Amino acid sequence: MSTKTVKDIVANCQEIFEDLDFRRAREWKAAVPGRKVIGYMPVYVPREIVHAAGMLPLGILGGGADMEVIHGDAYYQSYICRIPRSTIELAITGKLDFVDGMMFPSICDVIRNLSGIWQLLFKDKYVRYFDAPQNFKDEVGGVFYANELRELKEGLEQLGGRKITDADINNSIDLYNENRRWVNRVYDFRSDYPWKAPSAEVYLLMRAGMVLPVEEHTRLMQEYLAAADAESRPVKDNCRVVLTGAFCEQPPLNLIKSLEMAGCYIVDDDFMMVNRWLQRDVPATGDPIDNLVKAFLHHSAETPAKYEDDINVKGAYLLNTIAKRGADGVIFAAPSFCDPALLDQPMLISRVEARKIPYITMQYAENSGQMQPIREQAGTFADSIKLWGAA
Amino acid sequence: MSDQKIVKSNSQDVQKEMITRNYDKITSGKVKVSSTFVPGNLNELLMCFDIANNLPEINAIQNAMRKKSGEMIMEAERSGHSEDVCTYVKADIGMMAKGNIAPNGKPFPDPDLLLLSYTGCFTFLKWFELLREQYKCPTVMLHVPYAADGHVTQNMRDYIVKQLKEEVIPTLEKISGIKFDIDRLREYLRKSAIAEDDLVWMLESAKHKPSPIDCYFGGVYYMGPIFTAFRGTDECIEYYKLLREEIQERIDKGLCAQTPEGDMAEEKYRLVVEGPPNWTSFRDFWQMFYEAGAVVVASSYTKVGGVYDYDSFRHDPANPLETLADYCLGVYTNRNLPTRVDMLARNIIEYEADGLLINSIKSCNSFSAGQLVMMREVEKLTGKPGAFIETDLVDPRYFSAANVKNRLESYFQMIDQKRRAGGSAIAA
Repeated sequence: MSTKTVKDIVANCQEIFEDLDFRRAREWKAAVPGRKVIGYMPVYVPREIVHAAGMLPLGILGGGADMEVIHGDAYYQSYICRIPRSTIELAITGKLDFVDGMMFPSICDVIRNLSGIWQLLFKDKYVRYFDAPQNFKDEVGGVFYANELRELKEGLEQLGGRKITDADINNSIDLYNENRRWVNRVYDFRSDYPWKAPSAEVYLLMRAGMVLPVEEHTRLMQEYLAAADAESRPVKDNCRVVLTGAFCEQPPLNLIKSLEMAGCYIVDDDFMMVNRWLQRDVPATGDPIDNLVKAFLHHSAETPAKYEDDINVKGAYLLNTIAKRGADGVIFAAPSFCDPALLDQPMLISRVEARKIPYITMQYAENSGQMQPIREQAGTFADSIKLWGAA
Repeated sequence: MSDQKIVKSNSQDVQKEMITRNYDKITSGKVKVSSTFVPGNLNELLMCFDIANNLPEINAIQNAMRKKSGEMIMEAERSGHSEDVCTYVKADIGMMAKGNIAPNGKPFPDPDLLLLSYTGCFTFLKWFELLREQYKCPTVMLHVPYAADGHVTQNMRDYIVKQLKEEVIPTLEKISGIKFDIDRLREYLRKSAIAEDDLVWMLESAKHKPSPIDCYFGGVYYMGPIFTAFRGTDECIEYYKLLREEIQERIDKGLCAQTPEGDMAEEKYRLVVEGPPNWTSFRDFWQMFYEAGAVVVASSYTKVGGVYDYDSFRHDPANPLETLADYCLGVYTNRNLPTRVDMLARNIIEYEADGLLINSIKSCNSFSAGQLVMMREVEKLTGKPGAFIETDLVDPRYFSAANVKNRLESYFQMIDQKRRAGGSAIAA
C-alpha cells in the first residue's frame, strides 16, 4: 500500500476540484488518439455504459464558488438556480471544448431544458437527455428503461465508432462495483471516525471521482483510507448530522467546512449520489442491460427527483440513513430555487418531526460567500443537540 | 383598471357557464372526483368511468383572478413552503388551509384519486406527492417521457400505453366500480377530434389581417373547454362550432380582436407570445397590449394543454390508447427547446408577426429555463425583434405593472424603428 499522507492525497484532490479546465480529463483524452469524454450532470447516469464504450465519464457539477459567471447570467433569469448558468459559462468559455458529449439526467425542468440549450448552441456535440423511469415495475418501467439504455449504448457506439459488447459492459460493471464498495467504505469510515475523515476531505475525494478514471479513483480512496486510518487526529465534541438536499448544485466547500467547524460532523450526505446511487453490487455476468435495469428499479437510492409510489415509504431512505449513521439531527441544505429539494423538503421534515429528530434548514448557492450566518446557525443547532439532546 | 363594463361575446358566456357547471359537478358530492393536471389530461378516459375532472392549475387561476391567491400563497409559505417554488402549488396548498372552497363558494370534496399525469413539468410530481400527504387518497402516476430529441419513439409510446393498461385503467376501474369500455373511449375520442378541428381553425384565424381574435388573452378563454373537463363531449363540439361562427362573423366584418372594452380600433402590432400569462393582474396586463394596438396572433400558452396546429395531431379513435400517449407526449412543454424555437419561429413567419414577446414566469421552470436562448434563436431565424418581460402566474408580488409597461412600450418603439428601417410592414 502507498505511503502517501492524507495531506498529499487531499492536496491532489483539491487541485482536481479547483481545476475548471479539467486538465486531468484532457490529459486522459490526449493520451490515446480517438478517446472521447462524456460529461454528465447530477444525479445519476449509468457510467458503466460510457466506460464500456472506452470513454471517460466526466461529472459536471457547475462552476463552483470561485468561478466568475460573466456570460451565463445572460442565459438565465435571476430566479433560476446557479448550476445551469455556471455550466453554460464553462461551455461558452471553452472549458468544456474537449467534451464530446453531454448527458442530462431527468432531475428537474432546468437540467432538462439545459439539454435543449446544448442542442441549440453546441450542434456538433452528442447530447443525451437521460430519461429514467418513474414506474418501477420490471415489465413497465423496466422495459422502457432497458430500451433507453440500449439507445444510449447505440448512440455511444456511433460516437465512438465501435461496438460495445456485453463483456465490455460487464467488465465496467465490475469496476464500478469495486468503486462503489470503496465509496461506501469511505462513508462508513467517516461515520465511524468522523474526526479522522473530515467531510471537506471526503467531499474532495468524491469530487475527484467525477474527473478521474474509475480505476484511479478507486486506488485514491484506498490510499486515503489507509492514510486517514493511520493518522492521529483530535476527537471533537461535535454532534452527528445527516446533510440532505444538496444532490445537484453543490454547496461551496467553505460551507461544508463551516458546518464541521461549527460543531456538526456530517456523517452522511447526498452530495454526489451518482457514486452511491445503486445500493448493491450489480451482477457482472449475464445480460448487463438487464442487470443495470434491475439495480435501478429495485436497489437505488431515493432523491426528490424520483417518484415514491408508497406514501408509507416516503422519506424512508433519509430515516434509514439517520438510523444507520446514528445521527443526532438533520441539516436540510438546499440550493436556492431548487424545485426538487425545496418541494420535497416539507414532506421529509414531517417525517423527521414525527420522530422528534432535530433539524435545521438552510439555502445556499454554489457561490455563497457569507459563512458567518451558516456557522452561527449550525453552531446553535449543535449546541442545542449537545445541551438538550439527551433530555 | 377600467371601470367600463366588460364586453363579452356569446361564446365567452357559454364558456364561463361550462366551467361553472363543472365546479358544480365536482362539489355536488354526487360524483367521484379525480384531481389531475391540464397538460396531458386524460379527460376522455376519466369520462369512461364517470369521474369528474378537477384541475388544480385552474383553481389557482380562478383564485388569482379573484385576487385571492396572494394570501393563499403566503399561508403556504408560513407552513414551511419555500418562497422559491411554484406558486400554483402554494396557492393550492394555501387554498386547502383556508377551507378548500371552490370558485362557486362550495367546499371541494376530498378527491377520490390523484391522477398524476407527469407531463412536461417536474413540479407536477412533487405537487401531487404533497397533496397525497393531505388527502391520503389513492394516487396513480402516468410518467410521460420527455420528447428530448424532437420526436416520439415507439419505446416512449409503448411505455405510456403499458402504464395506462396496467396502472391507470385498473385504478380507475377500482375507484369507480365501472369496467373499462374501449368503445366508449373511442366515441369520446371521435368527438374530441371534431372539436380539435375547430380549435385549430380558431388558432389559424389569427392569420387574417386584422386578426379577429387575440390568441393569448382571448385565447385562454377559447381553449378553456378543450383543455379542462369537456374534451370529448357534445357540448365541447357545440362550443367550438359557436366560437367558429362568431370568429367567421368578425372576419366577414373586418373587425379587429375583441377586448374587454370592445373591439380594438386598430391593429398596430402583431405579436407571438411565449409563456403563460400573469393571472393576478390579467386585465391590466391585457390592457397594456390593446391600448397600444397590439394583438397576440399566436402563443405557446394556447398549446399548453395539447399541440394541434404544429404536426396535425388529432385524437384518433382507431388507436385509443396510443393516441392518448401521443397526445401526452406532444404537449408544448414536453417538447425540446429546438422544437419550441421552430414552432415560435414558424408562428412569426406564418402569422406575419412583428416579433416574439416572452413573458417569463418566475414559478415555471418548465417554460422559463432556456427562454433567453430561445429568444435569440427565434430572432436569428426570423429577423424579427424579441423582447422579454418577467412576471409570475398567481403571485401578485411578482407583477410590477410599471416595469412591464415600460418594457412593452420600449418594445413597440423597437418594432416601429425596425419598420422605419425597412423591417416589418405595418399590420393591416
